[in-house]
Amino acid sequence: MSSQLKWKFAFILAVLLVCIFGVIGVPTFPTSLAQVKDNLAKRIQLGLDLKGGSHLVLQVQLQEAIGQRCDEAVDDLTKQLRAKNVAVGEIRRVDDTHILVRDVDSNASGPFRDLVSNQFPEWSMAPAAGETNGYLLEMKPSVVADLRQAAMNQTLETITRRINALGLTEPTIAFTGRSDDEILVQLPGVGDPTGAKAVIQAGGQLQLVRVADGPYPSEAEALAQHGGVLPAGTTIVPGKNESVAAGQPAGQVFYVLDRSPVVTGQDLRSADANPSTEYPGQYEVDFKLSTAAAARFGPFTESQAAIGGRMAVVLDKQVYEAATIQSRIEDSGRITGGFSQESAQNLALVLRAGALPASIKYLEERTVGPSLGADSIRDGVRASIGSMIVVMIFLVFYYRLSGVNAVVALILNLVILVAFLAYAGAVLTLPGIAGVILTIGMGVDSNVLVFERIREELRGGKVPAPAVDSGFDRAFLTIIDTHVTTVVSAVFLFLFGSGPVRGFAITLIIGLIANVFTSIYVSRAIFDFHLSRMDRQAHLSI
Amino acid sequence: MELFHGVNVDWMGKAKYFVALSLLLLAVGWISVYRTVVVKHGTLYGIDFRTGTLVTVRFAGKPPIDQIRKGLQQAGLPNSTIQGISDTRSIASQNDVVIGLEQTQGDESLDAGKQKILDVLHATFGTDTSGKPDFNSVTQPALAADLTRKDPLVLGTNAGDRYNQLATKLTSARDTDHGGIVTSFDQLKNVEGVTPAVVSSLAGDYSLGTFAIRDADIVGPKVGKQYQRQALLATLYALGGMLVYIALRFEWVYGAAAVIAVFHDVLITLGFFSLFHYEISLTVIAALLTLVGYSMNDTIVIFDRVRENLRLMRRESFPDIVNKSINQTLSRTILTSGLTFLTVLVLYLMGGEVLRAFSFAMVVGVVVGTYSSFGIAAPIVVLWNKYGGGQAATVRGRSAARTA
Repeated sequence: MSSQLKWKFAFILAVLLVCIFGVIGVPTFPTSLAQVKDNLAKRIQLGLDLKGGSHLVLQVQLQEAIGQRCDEAVDDLTKQLRAKNVAVGEIRRVDDTHILVRDVDSNASGPFRDLVSNQFPEWSMAPAAGETNGYLLEMKPSVVADLRQAAMNQTLETITRRINALGLTEPTIAFTGRSDDEILVQLPGVGDPTGAKAVIQAGGQLQLVRVADGPYPSEAEALAQHGGVLPAGTTIVPGKNESVAAGQPAGQVFYVLDRSPVVTGQDLRSADANPSTEYPGQYEVDFKLSTAAAARFGPFTESQAAIGGRMAVVLDKQVYEAATIQSRIEDSGRITGGFSQESAQNLALVLRAGALPASIKYLEERTVGPSLGADSIRDGVRASIGSMIVVMIFLVFYYRLSGVNAVVALILNLVILVAFLAYAGAVLTLPGIAGVILTIGMGVDSNVLVFERIREELRGGKVPAPAVDSGFDRAFLTIIDTHVTTVVSAVFLFLFGSGPVRGFAITLIIGLIANVFTSIYVSRAIFDFHLSRMDRQAHLSI
Repeated sequence: MELFHGVNVDWMGKAKYFVALSLLLLAVGWISVYRTVVVKHGTLYGIDFRTGTLVTVRFAGKPPIDQIRKGLQQAGLPNSTIQGISDTRSIASQNDVVIGLEQTQGDESLDAGKQKILDVLHATFGTDTSGKPDFNSVTQPALAADLTRKDPLVLGTNAGDRYNQLATKLTSARDTDHGGIVTSFDQLKNVEGVTPAVVSSLAGDYSLGTFAIRDADIVGPKVGKQYQRQALLATLYALGGMLVYIALRFEWVYGAAAVIAVFHDVLITLGFFSLFHYEISLTVIAALLTLVGYSMNDTIVIFDRVRENLRLMRRESFPDIVNKSINQTLSRTILTSGLTFLTVLVLYLMGGEVLRAFSFAMVVGVVVGTYSSFGIAAPIVVLWNKYGGGQAATVRGRSAARTA
């Protein structure tokens, strides 16, 4: 054997060892067959379609977060204008990003403009069309973009905290990358995602607010009590009528509440579900406030208790409880409302994990039950092994000793492919298994191309060594052309495809690159080794 | 052993028969597409590209399809579809039922569809009223946690990984040996490591539902549209990429011929899809793109030989050179395609229900793709050579071959 050939084999052996080590040698070096199996299971990650689980795509309603910022600006502007005694006719939110200010006092237009440009840097101002002293404020596009990004990040973090709190193993929570308002959640092993979905979707916006008056049976009646115009800084919030005196009809009631809450969910130190002492069989959520919030809450409740004031617990813009404050409350509170143990636990979890900046909608849900996953693995692996065996038997039968060479190349091809999946942490999906099977097909094609070419050269009267030489040389270009073409299409599949299809494309791309190596480099080395040991004129077994 | 040696067929002389055959295959398939889409107002798309809900349910015995249908109608879901799986290869999957629900209202009602179907199933087939979780839908981690808590083997702190392994064995016995449905806890007696104490602990903690959800897909309108667009784009870009690569390596007319040929393959395969009532899913798109790659493979092998022979055989006419090239590579073509066909056939027969549509596309695609290389792609190049500025193509083909 020439020294060049020795180096070739050393290189091939090194690749083989690295690959085998990558598949079964880590994380702990195996000393028994069970450990080999265990390593294999840890290294080759299975996709949801193979191990079962839930796949959710949800859309964050970003315009809500933007609209909320707009509402805050309207409130803030109203307050500041009043403080500066600038009279305006009306301040109105036009849409999520526009505020219309009408009939600004013509003497005060200077101070008005100064106020907006100094205190509201997030907004750009222009005279409103069709208004004499009107201005249209528009949220700057850069601010909108920042808001969207911040809301997406916050949503992702919040969902991650909630899912971790649920104790689900190895979840995937990520942006889909398909659209800037979508988030992908994958929950392996979750056969029924209903519970997890509810926890993810819960708004979790808790507010403790002073009750101005109410409850009223309808929104119109609440308004009528105030002569059609609500007192400044208040708003109408619906609630269930549980705390209403007996004799009233069941259904929705409406409270007039302060706009700005005393305490919000961000002020919570802890939240826990406990059996209710008041309503046996029901559960309630008890919470504790942070020190800073308690410093606000204590004096507030004390002053309210003195005048018999009431306070409402508002969760996701719904009043859960409105009660008279009996005495000073330091740092604890509770939410009741006919919770079951599970729903109370979920609410406590959601409160601890924090609120979502905007509501979310589900766009897609896929669930693979564990039995289907098990079937798919079994069928996929059986089909792969079955087709491998059929192909290999044929190759050895048709090409004799050279067929054995091809079989070695094919097996090495598979080992490299699997090792790459392990090293890259890629996930094996069902279409991925299909990609593996197709790689086998392409590997066979490369070998057949080379062998047929060598046969042609032998028929042309060449002796084995030069025949093998030119066989490989001539087939080389064809193999490159066919592989590059398929890789090109697989790359597009990867770039523009989604989820499972990408898994397919990745295995195909890696498989084809490995195939060029095995069917040209490795196969050639084996041929050369064989030729170096046989007589120049001897018959080549092909 | 050698097959197909010294074949001498005038392929280009038969080009018109090939074209006729292709037109016939296209017509058969696309008449079926027309019937499905235009006459019956149906669709070729599977749930991935549509809007709606698809739930696959496995029953312990033969599925009571009539009962399910009645239940769905009573629940006010008349446009639901129910389909048994007539898979003779797998006994267990004969107990599966696919319930579909078309949804057109919008994203809001996305959850409602699945819930309604489940409600109907629970109402019709009764659920355990004890409130115990269903053993047939418990997952391995949940079961492991439960067993560790109850500790039926009285291992205490020595439990280690035992319950985790036991849970794995129990769930895999359920999913693999019993097809996903256990009808009595006694069926678990023979699982390795299970003692009577474990069985009675399970029986105390769990109920046994009469059906289990195999899989559930819900696709909202926005996502369905996105997937359609994405798949179409991926296909078009892939075709474009290949056209450019072949045009660079050969001549633009070779690239065009190859792309027309694979386009022809995709159209015929889609026609067969409709004919055999398979639906187009995301995995099928993967299959179609793979067949594009394969068909391209065959075509390039022939074109490569044509390029080589143009240099070697200066006296012969272009159609003769193409014929010779096809004949020379015929052995390889039939071997490779034959083996690939075998591979995908094994996949079709053994790959299970999930891979069936995928492997069907490949089985049809490999045959059509191989045929189109000599039946469509090569004749296009020959025709171009004969009528449209062909001389230049050949000459430049030669110079390209020299530099290659």
